[in-house]
Amino acid sequence: MSQRGFGAGGAASLLGAIVMALLPLVLSDTSEYRFAFVGAFFIAALGLQILTGYAGQISLGHSGFMLLGAYVTTILSVDHGVRDLYTIPLAGVVAGIAGFLFGFPALRLRGVYLALATFAISIALIALAKKYEGLTGGGGGKPLTRVLTGHQAYITIWPIAGVMFVFAWLILRGRLGRAFRTIRESEIAAVSLGVNLALTKTLAFGISAFFAGIAGSLYGITIGFVNPDTFTITLSILLLVGVVVGGLGTLVGVIFGALFIEYVPLYSPDILDWVQKPVGLDLDPQAAGAPAAVYGAILLAVLYIAPTGAAGMVHGVVRILGRRLYTSSSTSPPGQVPKRRQA
Amino acid sequence: MTQFVQQVVVGLGDGSIYASLALALVLIYRATHVINFAQGEMGMFSTYIAWTLIENHGWSFWPAFFFTIFVSFLGGAAIQQAVVRPLARAGELTIVMATIALLVILNGLASWIWKPDEKVLPSPFPTGSWSVGDVQIPQQSVYDLLVVLACVVLLWAFFNFTKLGLALRASAVNPVASRLLGVRVTWMLALGWGVAAALSAVAGMLAAPAQFVFSPSFMQVVIIYAFAAAVVGGIESPAGAVVAGLALGVTINLLGTYVDFVTPDMRLPVALAILLGVLIFRPGGLLGRAVVRRV
Repeated sequence: MSQRGFGAGGAASLLGAIVMALLPLVLSDTSEYRFAFVGAFFIAALGLQILTGYAGQISLGHSGFMLLGAYVTTILSVDHGVRDLYTIPLAGVVAGIAGFLFGFPALRLRGVYLALATFAISIALIALAKKYEGLTGGGGGKPLTRVLTGHQAYITIWPIAGVMFVFAWLILRGRLGRAFRTIRESEIAAVSLGVNLALTKTLAFGISAFFAGIAGSLYGITIGFVNPDTFTITLSILLLVGVVVGGLGTLVGVIFGALFIEYVPLYSPDILDWVQKPVGLDLDPQAAGAPAAVYGAILLAVLYIAPTGAAGMVHGVVRILGRRLYTSSSTSPPGQVPKRRQA
Repeated sequence: MTQFVQQVVVGLGDGSIYASLALALVLIYRATHVINFAQGEMGMFSTYIAWTLIENHGWSFWPAFFFTIFVSFLGGAAIQQAVVRPLARAGELTIVMATIALLVILNGLASWIWKPDEKVLPSPFPTGSWSVGDVQIPQQSVYDLLVVLACVVLLWAFFNFTKLGLALRASAVNPVASRLLGVRVTWMLALGWGVAAALSAVAGMLAAPAQFVFSPSFMQVVIIYAFAAAVVGGIESPAGAVVAGLALGVTINLLGTYVDFVTPDMRLPVALAILLGVLIFRPGGLLGRAVVRRV
């Protein structure tokens, strides 16, 4: 995917930006509110995309970095009277520093170990947030100073999301982005090409956590209330699912992932009805657990059918329409992800 | 002192549950080289099967226990064949994602089928305690430990003294050579997943009575301790997983008793801090061997 021309990605981004700018004209306030959350997930998933899709490091800890960002904003705006919008960059920086520091132990861990260790971040941070009640409001949560309307939330989040998207693109197109992709493909090759493995990995963690912190801060501002249990490991898993569904290694695809995270749990009863009717089943689609079962099944289906995710599918369709059919057979067949395992 | 001994016994009881689940993780890691994130949820699902047999079909505990182990074995093997095997060539990240998908699906299915409210799995063991001098030794902890130790001994005998166990070990160490020698490697992998699923069923059926009530998320805490135990013991070492599981159970219980900072909420973060500490200073785990990498 890294070889995609600037043209396709650039055109898609531009189209996306225009759509997002025009959407408030047609959306209801409720839908705008939902889209604000899509924006927050978009930013967090961008961060995870940089880490997982480009640098090849898995993380189940991004809900923890979001929690950090949300609490930085809450504590500064409620207890110290700082205007909530001004706290957003700081939320990102605090989470980013935490991510950078976490990168150090992560250096010694690869693959499976890393995924396990990143579990620690979110679980530990939730427990700490509950323990230090004076600062965080504990398990009961802590309200922010104001409650946004859907429109306010939308016009707060999406411009920031646009800036973050460009920021991610700038990082990835340069020297650092190439270093990320190299350590993903082969650490040995990266080192022999002069990439500082330790610094690059910790930077990937730090940058990724910076995005998650900003997303967490915006999530808190939108919802107007911060509670440790919002940022459970389930959110981390959802973010990872979103990135895979959108397509690993593509920035544009992240928008599909963000939409998936927000809307699939919402529409899973309908999806389920649609699937079970032809088969003749009559399960209760409103039951607890049904949404999770549905999005888990979708994740599994994506891994089999479209390992390049939604962006890869769109790209494939466009390519097939645009060129003669046989050219696509020269590339790797669908269903095969480039191997990430190392020698 | 009495409190100390008591906490050690309780810790061994808890630790035996972590140990059996950690052992399941190690078995799958040795066979497939992936961490199975769904291992805890597989145990949870098995526990619900046992609960259905006991509550809805009037079985007594032990027949339900063994039948559930058998069903879980088949289920684990089926999951390997249906979900993991087709992805075998797809790379580590894809398989890890598939196990995360399984986690989400099994958890969703369980709340869907059995409702997310809390259930009670009757304990097969007396809930009282033995008095040795001043020390009250909870019987359940002792029996949990015995059941898990029995499983460990059985598995050890299976791997070391049977031809099938040898074939299983061979296909984990060198799949290509094993295939050349006539071992059906994919069947062996399915068998490995089956055994791991059976072990996690044991862990689930022991953990549910120990926690008094259970719900679809009850194994999520246990699996994190099991992860910690498996990694601390050295992810490829079955003995390490068992020892580390027991040690972790005892350590956490003692810290919870004697250190004020370690409130019940803080036990999990402390376990994970131990995990991180071990990984930083001994990346191969306590009983694992250091893997030399040329980077």
